[in-house]
Amino acid sequence: MSRDEILSVDRLTMRFGGIVAVQDLSFAAERKKITALIGPNGAGKTTVFNCITGFYKPSDGTIRLAHDDGKVIALERLNDFRIAKQAKVARTFQNIRLFPGMTALENLMVAQHNALMRASGFTLLGLIGAPGYRDAEKRAIGLATDWLRRVNLLDRADDAAGNFAYGDQRRLEIARAMCTEPALLCLDEPAAGLNARESAALSELLLSIRNELGTSILLIEHDMSVVMEISDHIVVMDHGVKIAEGSPREVRDDPKVIAAYLGTDEEEAVAVMEGGS
Amino acid sequence: MTPIPHETTHASRTAGISALLKTAFINALIALVLFSLMVGIRTEAGSDGQLTYWTRFGDLASLVAAVFGGSILIELLRQWIGSTGTEKLVPPAVKSGMSFVGRYLAPALLIFTLLVPVIFYNQRYILDLAILVLTYVMLGWGLNVVVGLAGLLDLGYVAFYAVGAYSYALLATNFGWSFWVCLPLAGILAAFWGVLLGFPVLRLRGDYLAIVTLAFGEIIRLVIINWQELTGGPNGVSSIPRPSFFGIPLDNSDSGLAARLGIEYSPTHRIVFLFYLILALALLTNWVTIRLRRLPIGRAWEALREDEVACRALGINTTTTKLTAFATGAMFGGFAGAFFATRQGFISPESFTFQESALVLAIVVLGGMGSQLGVALAALAMIGGFELFRSLETYRMLVFGMAMVLIMIWRPRGLIGHRAPTVYLTKAQAISSDLVKEGHG
Ligand SMILES: Nc1ncnc2c1ncn2[C@@H]1O[C@H](COP(=O)(O)OP(=O)(O)O)[C@@H](O)[C@H]1O
Ligand SMILES: [Mg+2]
Repeated sequence: MSRDEILSVDRLTMRFGGIVAVQDLSFAAERKKITALIGPNGAGKTTVFNCITGFYKPSDGTIRLAHDDGKVIALERLNDFRIAKQAKVARTFQNIRLFPGMTALENLMVAQHNALMRASGFTLLGLIGAPGYRDAEKRAIGLATDWLRRVNLLDRADDAAGNFAYGDQRRLEIARAMCTEPALLCLDEPAAGLNARESAALSELLLSIRNELGTSILLIEHDMSVVMEISDHIVVMDHGVKIAEGSPREVRDDPKVIAAYLGTDEEEAVAVMEGGS
Repeated sequence: MTPIPHETTHASRTAGISALLKTAFINALIALVLFSLMVGIRTEAGSDGQLTYWTRFGDLASLVAAVFGGSILIELLRQWIGSTGTEKLVPPAVKSGMSFVGRYLAPALLIFTLLVPVIFYNQRYILDLAILVLTYVMLGWGLNVVVGLAGLLDLGYVAFYAVGAYSYALLATNFGWSFWVCLPLAGILAAFWGVLLGFPVLRLRGDYLAIVTLAFGEIIRLVIINWQELTGGPNGVSSIPRPSFFGIPLDNSDSGLAARLGIEYSPTHRIVFLFYLILALALLTNWVTIRLRRLPIGRAWEALREDEVACRALGINTTTTKLTAFATGAMFGGFAGAFFATRQGFISPESFTFQESALVLAIVVLGGMGSQLGVALAALAMIGGFELFRSLETYRMLVFGMAMVLIMIWRPRGLIGHRAPTVYLTKAQAISSDLVKEGHG
């Protein structure tokens, strides 16, 4: 894989019994860029995410992740939690998965579990209240505060996440993923259920993550205004296979893409065509 | 048990009568089906070993009628007291009064507990009961780590209690090691078994986890019964050394504590000593748990209870996180077991039946999962209440069961249902129990 690719998916296939959810899919995501994965419902996008983040073991194919220092990791061979811990891939879920009974701040502290575990000497140093751990915890609270400010939830830091409005929960989940300090951030339909104003704020947030922090983003999204505005590269899937890829402009004008969307859902097809114009 | 629908809205309160009768009718029908075989037909072996049976339809009818009437009564009570809705109905003055009590309840309770041996010095019965209650407080706090924080339903907690008790009993009787050496060993051994038993059950969740842990509790008991050479089998282990005051025995001898201090010997000294010993152990459990909750491991336990998938997506090793919860809970159970052995001086497998696990679990659930104060109150209510009903003899289980049902209707999330955050920026706000998950294994 080339030097400026962070993720390279090669001939990925995922079968569930007789169903082939993803077939021979190959694509790459560039470093410090936003790559979007789009396609009609049931195209297999979430399945691709689950393979990348280790929740599914691919039936076939390879997934390679290259860190900035050149280290290459074979994701298909790592277990789920190690993909987040060692490969530094963070994700959000299509159906938000926060810790509803914990506060926003606690949610972001749990995200820093591995760093804090090390600082607490795997609990022993923390139990006796060692100063090193207390400093680490302060830094962790600092990072969490920072992210709460970025996603505009600072005044709700001590409220239970389960009490948040839908849009706020979406942003909090992104903040939580970012608190793991990932190399690659995978977002599964982050704009689903957001109103126009919230979608615009989300676009801005994602752009700032890319521009200021240089985090690479892999994005599944149905909201074409978001996709067309912020993506550097778009991969289009339908029925488990890649049908097109390219810049937002190329994809928008691709007849195969329009046909795929028209074939399933007229509204979405219109959204694709109107999205960037 | 009568199935009780969960939500009561204001609308359904007035809609009442027909729905009420319908529920009662369904419950009575279920009772009829269940009891017709259990009560309606009585079978016995006749004089020649042949099967004889006769019917008892009168009893059956009265039972079904009782269920019907009881359903109506419970439903009315429920609507009158209200369940989760009550919190919104409580006036603010009462609420602030309650939070005032809440803030000072724990310290007041602690001070009272410290003074118990002084106040009740001459009442041996009360001291013994207090020691029993504190033992269950400690067990409840230990199990709370597994069930309340990590959300892993463990029905075999008594296994670790047994491991702790037998560890101390066998080490002390075979090698003559002192209580203070054996205590940490008992904890470590119990934790070791916790990890060992934890491994195979990690993939299981919910009901499956509950069943397998229940089986493990029984397996340990059966091993103890059958490993005669080591454990003495059903005869148990006797003449277990009593605890010493850091090497000074608490007896009537010349080298005993009383003689050394130049005061008159009384058997109460030992009881008082045992009281403070279990109090110290329980407080240690409490302190460690409270601290662990604020450390990354404790937050990971609670996060695990809330959403295991999200935990894995954040890079948390759920296997080791679950194992540490199992081991920590087991360790406290082991400590309590060692204390039990030294207090009783004799242990046998009979002390470690499923009933104990169920009792401790009931304490945790009744207390409000995850709440330290709630668990302490529940232990007091359960063990104390059980003694209170002693005069009722065989009916006390019945009375007790009914009291439990009523409490769970009144407070379905336990006595203390809200959760306190482990870290905050400006202000720690209690989190309503409606949001907090109970875990699914
Ligand atoms: N765990 C699973 N078991 C069986 N089929 C699955 C599973 N996960 C996904 N699928 C199937 O894979 C196909 C693609 O689903 P998904 O990846 O969720 O689509 P998308 O996210 O693009 O809407 C669907 O037909 C779905 O039914
Ligand atoms: Mg999807």
